[in-house]
Amino acid sequence: MLYSTIGYYSLILGLGVSLLIIFFSVKNFQNSKTISVNILSFTFLQFFLVVVSFLSLIISFVLSDFSNETVFNNSHTTKPFFYKIAGTWGNHEGSLLLWLLVLTLFIFIFILKTKNQPIKYKLLTLIFQQIIIIGFFLFLIETSNPFNYLFPIPVEGLGLNPILQDPALAIHPPILYLGYVGSSIIFSSALAATSLNLVSKKWASHIKKWILASWVFLTLGILLGSIWAYYELGWGGFWFWDPVENVSLMPWLALTTLLHCILVLERKSILSSWVIILSIATFTLSMCGTFLVRSGILNSVHTFANDPERGLFILIFLFILIFISLFIFFFFNKNEEKISHSFFWLSKETSILINNWFMMYFLSVVLIGTVYPIFLDVITSEKISVGPPFYNKLLVPFLIPFLLMMAIGPRLKWIKSQLEDKIYLIILLIISILLAYLILKNFSQNILINTVLISSAFYLFFISLRDFFVDKLKNISQNIAHFGFSIFILSILFNNLFSSEIITNLKVGETFENSETKIVFESVNQKQETNYKSIIANFNIQNSNGEIDKFSPELRIYNQPIIVTSEADIKTTLMEDRFIVINLVQNQNFFNVRYQVKPFMLWIWLSVILISIGGLLSFLKKRS
Amino acid sequence: MYGRKVKLRFLFIVIVLITLILTVFLILKSLEENVVYFQSPSEINLSAELNKKKIRIGGMVKKDSISVNANEINFIITDFKNEINVTYAGAIPNLFEEEKGVVAEGILKDRNFFSATKILAKHDENYMPPEVKAALEEK
Repeated sequence: MLYSTIGYYSLILGLGVSLLIIFFSVKNFQNSKTISVNILSFTFLQFFLVVVSFLSLIISFVLSDFSNETVFNNSHTTKPFFYKIAGTWGNHEGSLLLWLLVLTLFIFIFILKTKNQPIKYKLLTLIFQQIIIIGFFLFLIETSNPFNYLFPIPVEGLGLNPILQDPALAIHPPILYLGYVGSSIIFSSALAATSLNLVSKKWASHIKKWILASWVFLTLGILLGSIWAYYELGWGGFWFWDPVENVSLMPWLALTTLLHCILVLERKSILSSWVIILSIATFTLSMCGTFLVRSGILNSVHTFANDPERGLFILIFLFILIFISLFIFFFFNKNEEKISHSFFWLSKETSILINNWFMMYFLSVVLIGTVYPIFLDVITSEKISVGPPFYNKLLVPFLIPFLLMMAIGPRLKWIKSQLEDKIYLIILLIISILLAYLILKNFSQNILINTVLISSAFYLFFISLRDFFVDKLKNISQNIAHFGFSIFILSILFNNLFSSEIITNLKVGETFENSETKIVFESVNQKQETNYKSIIANFNIQNSNGEIDKFSPELRIYNQPIIVTSEADIKTTLMEDRFIVINLVQNQNFFNVRYQVKPFMLWIWLSVILISIGGLLSFLKKRS
Repeated sequence: MYGRKVKLRFLFIVIVLITLILTVFLILKSLEENVVYFQSPSEINLSAELNKKKIRIGGMVKKDSISVNANEINFIITDFKNEINVTYAGAIPNLFEEEKGVVAEGILKDRNFFSATKILAKHDENYMPPEVKAALEEK
């Protein structure tokens, strides 16, 4: 009760502070020698108020205060302590409060840490950011207040969906939001810089840090979601082209493109309009993601909140932001044709531009695949879905030139370049093709495309590996990221090609046997935990080498809410994952058993971490 | 008449335009090929021609209709007007239960038999796929 009141009024006060900040910023704007102390302290005050509000929500969750509607809907007294806290942002209202928290934190850091930039620029960024913040305040208070009262006070809550009770999913939203919200700073700053005609090398190297930080968080956030889907949903895959996954991939693609573009802007002061468009696009896509997920338009695993009013609010907000940004872009963006930098076709600029085109292509494929079913439903009310074959067909072939460009591009010089060490490049290409051929020669399906794909991935692998030893630390962040990407693609390809799967229905005591694997369903036992009952099935699985391993996948029957989940048993080794998941068929004695051998699973995760490390190193690098 | 630079720029724009058109064409073409339509048992019953492409069928799993053997799961999807027999060999999601909503993806054998390759997972006991909801509301 008490904490809900504190939390709610902190939010209202925070909204008031927003208006004060804008007022002082505008006043300060006319007389801009120094940033007034008021603005700094009010920005901090706003952050502090949102922290208070967020903490009161956490405390309400921890104390299981069911007079709070959000707590009632998403918590339960028997829920473990850790998930009481994590449950705070595992729901719509709480996760938006977290968005707001990160928004206010970032703008505070921005004001504090931005040095050597014009005061006007800082103030204008602050104003744009406050417009976004006000939008979120209004959204929270009007349509998704986390502090609604319930009377009479219920004795027990409804509980958190058990598939969300998971460590990876507990940290997935905060990390992802750091990435999303980071893009809001890029957005505001790009608009500010455009209005003041400040888009320059200096601005580029300043905003690059923010781009890198958001990019690293976004990458890790997507990774965590993917790992969670892999072991918790029991489908045995890591990416399903589910609309909600796509929605996080789209800003990532835009941000990755921006990351490469900003390097060009930083060195050569070209592509400035393009950088601004990408900055706007990245944030718009992040917002669209929130809109699509939260409005319940998407038919997906994440659909918890179906409230048209919320969808409408975000949609209007989104249109206002897009309108403002396009207005600023067209009226203030001055293309300075005076300093024209022409560059030779064989140069780093060209290769980054080509990379950009490919990324934009990937982005449009994902965008169309995600949005098209929604449009068709609205226009003709025909229900369709777009599955993995669509994406595979359109994306995979284009990976080949993309990978080759990634291998050669970084070796080129700015403005005009010649390919050095041609012999090396050719030898490595031949080695890659031979290696790919040797691996695939006993494989009949689609041998041509797979060989070419794997060759180009190997090519990137070898070239970045060689650069690593030859060039040492010259360009280590780029090198590690590209190297990671080559391992990523290789692992996915091998994983796809060499995975095997057995699906069968077994009773206790029965055995399944084929030429390679023998699955013995030994026994079943039960266990009672505080918030769930579990049925543990014991299997002995013998592989082709005669080695026997014990697996014990679980079925959990949660008491609040009553939901059955499968807990897969996964044996991870460096080379392969073995994955077993069971399900009980209703009214029957049969268990539905799914056993998969998936090579190089671990490397998919590790390579993404490697890619992020590349970004992190670049973030930490002092500018020379 | 025009300088070399203008010609080059013109060529560049033409190439970009052609690439764009090709890309859009390519995307739309494969969209057409890879889209999976959703139908209810009644729509299948009414349709003049059987669709040989992959489709999705949604409805409720009929009471007492699930039967299992070592290789297959058989059940009936109903929208309370028409029903369809489904044969499925594969993994089932947690919330696959009688009298609960279900979406199956696969190929129609005839008007009454459907061979499913995938049963879609939903993760909330109260959650019903929007397609199913719409199909049920029509009755």
